[in-house]
Amino acid sequence: MLIDWFTVGAQALNFLILVWLMKRFLYKPVLDAIDAREARIAAAIADADGKTAEAAKEREEFQHKNEVFDQERAALVTQATDEANAERQRLLDDARQAADALSAKRMEMLKHEVHTLNQAIGRRTEREVFAIARQALTDLASTSLEARMADVFTRRLREMGGEVKAGLAEGLRSAPDPAIVRSAFDLPAELRADIQRALNETFSDDVRVRFETAPDLVSGIELTTNGHTVAWSIAEYLASLEKAVGELIKEPDHAQRA
Amino acid sequence: MRLSPDEIVFWHYGFLTLNATIVFTWGLMLVLAVGARLITRRLSMDLTRSRWQNLLEIIVTAVAQQIADVGLRPPEKYVGFLGTLFLFVAAASLCTVIPGYEPPTGSLSTTAALALCVLVAVPVFGIQEKGVGGYLKLYIKPTFIMLPFNIISEVSRTLALAVRLFGNMMSGAMIVAILLTITPFIFPIVMTALGLLTGMVQAYIFSILAAVYIASATRTRTRKAAQAPTT
Repeated sequence: MLIDWFTVGAQALNFLILVWLMKRFLYKPVLDAIDAREARIAAAIADADGKTAEAAKEREEFQHKNEVFDQERAALVTQATDEANAERQRLLDDARQAADALSAKRMEMLKHEVHTLNQAIGRRTEREVFAIARQALTDLASTSLEARMADVFTRRLREMGGEVKAGLAEGLRSAPDPAIVRSAFDLPAELRADIQRALNETFSDDVRVRFETAPDLVSGIELTTNGHTVAWSIAEYLASLEKAVGELIKEPDHAQRA
Repeated sequence: MRLSPDEIVFWHYGFLTLNATIVFTWGLMLVLAVGARLITRRLSMDLTRSRWQNLLEIIVTAVAQQIADVGLRPPEKYVGFLGTLFLFVAAASLCTVIPGYEPPTGSLSTTAALALCVLVAVPVFGIQEKGVGGYLKLYIKPTFIMLPFNIISEVSRTLALAVRLFGNMMSGAMIVAILLTITPFIFPIVMTALGLLTGMVQAYIFSILAAVYIASATRTRTRKAAQAPTT
């Protein structure tokens, strides 16, 4: 007999025990380990996916922030540049205006100084020249200064010619009033007669003359009639001196501007 | 001439008999259980794991995959029974390379016991899955007339299981034994190697057939669902 029923029963029992043993020691631990590993891998993948999504989100956010930041920075830079340009322009304008004002003021002051100096020089020169001339003439001549001046005036009248003489003759003829001879001092009668004579000789006519005293002439004699004038005075010399001095003062002024 | 290790009796007391079949079965059980215990004692849950653990995982997942392919789901529920069936038969065949070893599966008693286990397991799983009524209805399908044929089929296929495995294992051992007496050198080694292959194939056939029987008792309702993804 090939089948031993006791052995069949024993083997069936053995097999069932083996099934239990294998379940207990093999399948359950191995399947549990596989499940745990798969769960762990799934968790890791999910975690990685989550992190990837999060990273993508953060990257997007970061890019967005970067763009916003760039835009803001560009706007700020533009604004700052504009403001700086405007400020620079304003400062330049201010500086230019200030420089112009300063320059104008300086020019004004210079002009004023020149004018003041001219006046001072003129006055001083007039005084000095008058004093020197008077002193010199007084010292050198036996005649008085007034006599010399009248002498010079009469010589001038006689030496006068051309347009000036014609204009003066026209003035003397057309004037309703007598011609005025002004002097810085009261002329003596003989000097007045000399002048009247010289006039009569020069213009071949009986010239009507009225003598006046004008202290502003400083020293000298002046003939005025209907807008025409012939004169000799210290003031005249002073005027030419003033002009020369003025030229001298202008020259350094030009040099300074250049 | 010995046809079965049942005939090697170590101890006998009345009804109780301690023969080579039982003793070698115990040995196999010990090796399998202790080996499994040793390997699974320090299982790694991480991505790195030992080679033995890899081997066990390959075996277990391959068995589970085969069960799932047959249509039994979830495979974890059946892997204990069917996997042990395969491992026991495979181990019994593999150990034939050990001199003096007699495969317990070369005994008709053992194969009959395994076939009886399958015979019992089929209704057990079937009733678990479909209930008593649902399972019993399978015997009168497609018509009531088929009831005796279904019962005959149930018994005959169990008998076929037992005899097929026994015949293969016994013949393998027998051929090697005969060859050893005729040509003691080289040729028996080739036949032993062939016997190993045959044993593995038999282990596969036995467990797959058991899986198919169980599946036929459990998956009637899920057949359409199982076929749907393949079409």
